[in-house]
Amino acid sequence: MMAEGAAHTALHHALRGPRPIRTRLVLTVAGFGALAVATCVLAPLVGSSSINLRRALDSSIPFAANVDAQILFIARLPRVLAGALVGAALASSGVVFQALLRNPLATPFTLGVSAGASLGAMLVIILGGTIAVGPWSPVPLASLAGAGLAAAIVYALANGPRRVMSTTVLLLAGVTLNAFFSALIVFVQYLADFASVYRATRWLMGDLDVGGFAPILAALPLVAVAALIFMRLPAALNLMGVDPDSASSRGVDVVRAQRWAFFSASLATSAAVALAGPIGFIGIVVPHLVRLLVGVDHRIVLPASALFGASFLVLCDLLARTLLAPVEIPVGVVTAIIGGPFFLWLLVRDA
Amino acid sequence: MRGLLGVVLALLIALGSGCRNAAPPTPAKAQRIVSLVPAVTEMLFAIGAGPQVIGVSSFDHFPPEVERLPKVGALIDPDTERILSLRPDLVVVYGSQTDTEARFKKAGIQTFNYRHDVTDAIRGTFDTITALGAATNHDAQARAVVEQMTTGLDRIRMRVAGLPRPRTMLVIGRQPGTLQGIYVAGGSGFLDEMLETAGGQNVFEDFKKEAAQPSSETLLRRAPDVLLELRSPQPAGDYPAGDLGVWNTLASIPAVRDHRVHVIVGDFVVVPGPRIAEGVEAIARTLHPDAFK
Repeated sequence: MMAEGAAHTALHHALRGPRPIRTRLVLTVAGFGALAVATCVLAPLVGSSSINLRRALDSSIPFAANVDAQILFIARLPRVLAGALVGAALASSGVVFQALLRNPLATPFTLGVSAGASLGAMLVIILGGTIAVGPWSPVPLASLAGAGLAAAIVYALANGPRRVMSTTVLLLAGVTLNAFFSALIVFVQYLADFASVYRATRWLMGDLDVGGFAPILAALPLVAVAALIFMRLPAALNLMGVDPDSASSRGVDVVRAQRWAFFSASLATSAAVALAGPIGFIGIVVPHLVRLLVGVDHRIVLPASALFGASFLVLCDLLARTLLAPVEIPVGVVTAIIGGPFFLWLLVRDA
Repeated sequence: MRGLLGVVLALLIALGSGCRNAAPPTPAKAQRIVSLVPAVTEMLFAIGAGPQVIGVSSFDHFPPEVERLPKVGALIDPDTERILSLRPDLVVVYGSQTDTEARFKKAGIQTFNYRHDVTDAIRGTFDTITALGAATNHDAQARAVVEQMTTGLDRIRMRVAGLPRPRTMLVIGRQPGTLQGIYVAGGSGFLDEMLETAGGQNVFEDFKKEAAQPSSETLLRRAPDVLLELRSPQPAGDYPAGDLGVWNTLASIPAVRDHRVHVIVGDFVVVPGPRIAEGVEAIARTLHPDAFK
């Protein structure tokens, strides 16, 4: 206990002590980065069955005849990479939305992006659709379109010419849009038959078994663009989180920063949901866990959350695909079972 | 795919306590029947009670005569008002539709409670047909239908007897154009029994559920010799051309390597009704083409 406490204090000092920000950033990114890399390297080695790694990597066996290699490179690796990408995108979007809305309980799904995405996906799953664009197959494409529509509506409502976005309007518009899209989803499902409803419901639980690298490569550019914008946000987020007025008095162009924050976080969330369905709780559990460890400075919280989000979702999916093999638990159920109680604890703790 | 997986799911949802089909005590023989269960509708027409059927479920498409009958909802949305307005004297409901059943009882209308047997599904179908015969005054025809089905099934059993039983995966649902959202027949229920009768061995034999959703890792690991997709004819537009090509990604599966990935399109493969023997034969022909030359 003592040693553990001492270690914890040491970690605490290392991560949020009086060192200069650059040193803390390097230490944090190195720590969480190492964790993320370790998770992504080790997770593909575990699964519902055991593989012979030497055989899997033996290039003298033709790939088509090598079950171990196929399991490693088709069944597991894409899943792990999808998990890392989605986890990083949702966790960092969570951080940005929490700062933008100045609400610690905000999630990437608060503003209706995921409900819009879900409606799009439901329509294609239930009504059918065969429009595919490049690497985007119909369901992800429709989901992306729905997400974009939801974000555009919220943005149009909350945004005026050259004025600060109203967080109240954002929140209320988001909540309303969530309810509205959910009603439409229920309506579409009611009109459909069992099989498509079942498939649609399964989509809503989230699934990282994307069956190859193409869907990941389709989502990657969108997340990358969002990540590039994220890198320029932390300073503004720090001030915005406190008070937009004092932020502008310190020379931050709040209006611009808000718009970039909204755009980038919505983009990352849309790409993540289109790839893997609306996997809940990542965007709230991870940022808060990270803040508990490294403090509240967004210059550190944002990259740390992205890295920790990647590890967290990869680990949740590892549980999802192994616990009940040969069937699997939907990954959204795993994150919800872990995240739900945590969320409630946060509520109680803050109260 | 809708109708197909739909029927299976409807059965899953409709599963009752597992007890056998029981004929309701029907002193008067039914003359105006509403059926909410597509499989039962088929049985009624097969035993000659078709003219007595005055309303069917929204998912009924067989026999073609049902298309002109009023559609009155199904498992989750039976339109009670519409059904009552048709003045039926017998309503066929799913075992799980207890509220609906109670409502008709209150209105003084007989109900036939359809329970789908998981442990002995083909036998259960025979029992249901026999019970329907008793309820509709078509006992002799019901017996004849059961006999004909039994003969048909026995003929297939004889053809495939002694042949090696390929390890087969029955796919009953998949997101078109991808390898996502795959549903397969598990090791119990009538799909498993049909496969067994057709001379195949279910790769998910050990998983004692009617359906399972395996990950791609499990698909690779189970390595079926034959991969058989069962699809409904209705939303044919759902599947882009060359859709089966997506399986080529999983090249180490023997079925993919040996070009033994097949599709059977038709309701008859998944409806536990009078066309079971046709379904079993379609599966058997795919698994053992040489035995049917």
